[in-house]
Amino acid sequence: MKKKLLQVNNLRTYFHTFKGTVKAVDNISFDIDEGEILGVVGESGGGKSITGFSIIKLIDEPGKIETGEIIFDGQDLMKKSESQMNEIRGKDISMVFQDPMTSLNPVYTIGEQMEEVLILHEKLTKDQRKKRCIELLKAVGISNPESRLKSYPHQFSGGMRQRVVIAIALAANPKLIIADEPTTALDVTIQAQILRLMTNLVKEQGCSLMLITHDLAVVSEIADRINVMYCGKIVETGSSKSIVEKFKHPYTKGLISSIPDLDKDKDRLETIPGIVPNMFNLPKGCNFSPRCKYCKDICKEKEPELVKVDEKHYVACHFPLREGEK
Amino acid sequence: MLRYLSTRVSQLILVLFAVSILVFIFTSVMGNPVYLMVRENATEAEIQAAIEYLGLDKPLPVQYGIFIKNALKGDFGKSYIYHQPALGLIMERFPATLELVFIAMLLSALIGIPLGVLSGAYPNKISSKAIMTLSIAGISLPSFWIGMVMIFFFSLTLGILPVSGRGDIGTILGLQTSLATTNGLRHLVLPSLTLALANIATIIRLTRAGMQENIRQDYVKFARAKGVSSRKVLFGHALKNTLIPVVTIFGLQLGSLIAFTTITETIFAWPGMGKLLIDAINSADRPIVAAYVLFVAVMFVFINFIVDILYTFIDPRIDLK
Repeated sequence: MKKKLLQVNNLRTYFHTFKGTVKAVDNISFDIDEGEILGVVGESGGGKSITGFSIIKLIDEPGKIETGEIIFDGQDLMKKSESQMNEIRGKDISMVFQDPMTSLNPVYTIGEQMEEVLILHEKLTKDQRKKRCIELLKAVGISNPESRLKSYPHQFSGGMRQRVVIAIALAANPKLIIADEPTTALDVTIQAQILRLMTNLVKEQGCSLMLITHDLAVVSEIADRINVMYCGKIVETGSSKSIVEKFKHPYTKGLISSIPDLDKDKDRLETIPGIVPNMFNLPKGCNFSPRCKYCKDICKEKEPELVKVDEKHYVACHFPLREGEK
Repeated sequence: MLRYLSTRVSQLILVLFAVSILVFIFTSVMGNPVYLMVRENATEAEIQAAIEYLGLDKPLPVQYGIFIKNALKGDFGKSYIYHQPALGLIMERFPATLELVFIAMLLSALIGIPLGVLSGAYPNKISSKAIMTLSIAGISLPSFWIGMVMIFFFSLTLGILPVSGRGDIGTILGLQTSLATTNGLRHLVLPSLTLALANIATIIRLTRAGMQENIRQDYVKFARAKGVSSRKVLFGHALKNTLIPVVTIFGLQLGSLIAFTTITETIFAWPGMGKLLIDAINSADRPIVAAYVLFVAVMFVFINFIVDILYTFIDPRIDLK
């Protein structure tokens, strides 16, 4: 039995705006084991990124974490002060952002930005820090790391910047890395490289990874477990294998069938009909009911709860799909 | 860098040439200095002698040619009134103005930038709203009025600060300045504050606008995700990206303060360059006005050159080539 590194219980993150309250993350619970890769998938606006930012308590106004427990390594992060959180951010939990073109500060060198983490979280001398920076850049596959330390972000390509961001995330040997769509903004040819690099480094260091993405195809290959999120709720969770092969939720099915299959000759790609509902005005009952072709009366009345359907496989649906149902 | 320097210098020469022509034309129609120099009931011959003495009988282009020839040697002629070299008179007054402006700009930077950063980072706080309201007041109230109100309040009512004048002067590093004596510093407080207020307000608003744009950027959030404290995120990461427009305005303000402290110097009877200029204009003292304007033009070009150099230190993406 692996030790649990992170346990999130009943997390609610709401945004209080003039137009009303958006329940961006609405009562979700999940956990991540040590050394595990957890994929979080769903469409845009499903609350995936907000979940990630909630874990390190980086929610800006008008957002607020309403209730919930975030137990990380035995401590409840909800009870930590801002300065205590600053000791955890970057040290125990680090993040990789979506857009490498904007996540590095344009007016500081790569070296300065890497060193910053080391100064904050490690007790190293100046020479040791420089050595560590060079090591890290080497590890993420940047050639001539010594001379590159003095470069500025604008002298790097998108893929190289994301490598630097990953190097910064790894710098203090974190226990958990939250990667928020780390490859979405990159060239398709680079995406696979970066993803492989990240998973390899994560496995090497034995840290856990929470990989947030809208691309189920990407996640199913590398994640151990997958959470499928829709409108701020987890609608299905289970091991990658069981999600991909024995999916129970119509939404998961929609996500899987919209992955283009090159073996089949098709004119049109599969899509999920409709769009994500307005977050200010969610439908009554199941959030997915307006787009679901299996929708019955009860779906429009009562919100389904997560129920166990298999070993570690849970689904929130009144009418879970039977195996092989297409 | 060398190429950049040479373009800058050629720009400077061009600017000075244009300015010198303008100054010369305007001062020649500004009034006749002769009548201020001769005695009240002077004869035709006396007036004629004065005109010839000043060289005003020659055609304007010839006068300009002589002026340029002398100016290139650093000689702007003698003041019609003081009978001393014009440039020397200006340089004599320069330290008084410079120390006033130096303190005023120091105040604008030390007060304006931090307040701008904080009100930009926390726009919903009561204190931020108060800062913004006060900054509108600072921009809209005219400095002569603020100066007089401060004299009335601090000097006349409370009696804690001197009304006017420069006070005692000491020497720091060979420079004659009132920064060296307590009495001199006390005399500096009100005029420099008067001079600084509008600038503080401008710097606050500019810094705030830049901060509001920058704290929404991803790199700020990424820095926070690295565990950087919010103070360092604001003043280290976001502020440096905000500084370009602030430095630009700062340079322009510095130039115009040195050149045109006239109003404040008049209110506080500060013996600086501004007062010299006003007197020179009133008495049609052409050499002083011409030397003054050319001096200001050189200074502006020089300050903007420094600002350009500063850009490259602030933002590595800016290349002077």
